[in-house]
Amino acid sequence: MSTDTQLDSWEVFMQARTGANFIHQGSIHASDKKMALQNARDTYSRRGEGTSIWVVPTSEIVASSPEDVDMLFDPSNDKIYRMPTFYTMPEGAKNI
Amino acid sequence: MDSIQDKLSKDEALLAKFEEKVQAGESVEPRDWMPEAYRKHLVRQMSQHAHSEVIGMQPEGNWVTRAPSLRAKQILLAKIQDEGGHGLYLYSAAETLGISRKEMIEQLHTGKAKYSNIFNYPSLTWADIGAIGWLVDGAAIVNQVSLQRTSYAPYSRAMVRICKEESFHQRQGYEIMAQMMKGTAEQREMAQDAMNRWWWPSLMMFGPHDTDSPHSADAFRWKIKRHTNDELRQKFIDKTVQQAEVIGLTVPDPDLKWNEQKGCYDYGEINWDEFNRVIRGDGPCNKQRLEHHIRVHTEGAWVREAAEAYKNKNEQQSINLN
Repeated sequence: MSTDTQLDSWEVFMQARTGANFIHQGSIHASDKKMALQNARDTYSRRGEGTSIWVVPTSEIVASSPEDVDMLFDPSNDKIYRMPTFYTMPEGAKNI
Repeated sequence: MDSIQDKLSKDEALLAKFEEKVQAGESVEPRDWMPEAYRKHLVRQMSQHAHSEVIGMQPEGNWVTRAPSLRAKQILLAKIQDEGGHGLYLYSAAETLGISRKEMIEQLHTGKAKYSNIFNYPSLTWADIGAIGWLVDGAAIVNQVSLQRTSYAPYSRAMVRICKEESFHQRQGYEIMAQMMKGTAEQREMAQDAMNRWWWPSLMMFGPHDTDSPHSADAFRWKIKRHTNDELRQKFIDKTVQQAEVIGLTVPDPDLKWNEQKGCYDYGEINWDEFNRVIRGDGPCNKQRLEHHIRVHTEGAWVREAAEAYKNKNEQQSINLN
């Protein structure tokens, strides 16, 4: 029996410069962690796009469902005290 | 109990919601509900696009060992590596629709999936490398810029990334043509010959005229496509003719004429018989391109098998250590 596969899928996240967020770039295929990093580099950073890479097996990603969007992300309008504009500042106070 | 009727009306409601969302200009993510025909259209288009990037490496690879200078060779290698990268962005974007890489490659090998017709033409001289970069990549860019706003988000993201990289491809091709046009009579002739052979196939890359385009109605309603084949072709012609004139190349179309009234070029009849013949498999290099891909894929199987074996061995060792 042929054991030929297209290897496992990994998701690639990259940081564009030190201090920035890691941003999802796409996915690559690789058999192990080391190859995943190398392939991520070759595929998504041929022009110095990154300073650091994360790779995560695609099967390990847990994603929310589109149906849950209201439950998860409905803005909490009943909690407007989370916004800085909710508060009344004394007249004349500066730098606040 | 859900009757078939209930299921049908539920699907209709989902479809209406989907179309409303797309009409409003929102993008579609992999986990969102989408009509089966939308998914199918995208799998066909995106896998064809990915295969084109990969097969497109062959006519260029033909000149790596014969590049006229070290500079030219380095550039060509970098360009070919980019094309491979673009294929990978697109395969990974297509995989989000539920088709595996393995299936896509099988479909390429059995002929179920196509790749761009243009790569069934041979690259006979070094000037062809110039013509491919300038005309073929130039035509591809016009199409890809439009696809940056396609409704399927992973496809759109891949297109944005590809467009950033493609402009170097077109510029390096144009530079080759410009250099040759400044060279000897023989070199100029070579450049013009490449222009003559690649111009019409480049125009064919945009596909049939809008009146004969079989897949377009759904693709527009669902905003997979944003511009018609003829619109994109016209855009390519209008910007390329001037570039040809600047370096002294003649566009091989006696009917090409600026139309003052329309503000664009009129152009001659495209040979659709040739287009259809090449699609059916009778182009100069169809057999060679596919055979090469199959051979390299088969011969490379041991590399993938070895990588898997290495992974399994390491996993086994770490289990034993624990």
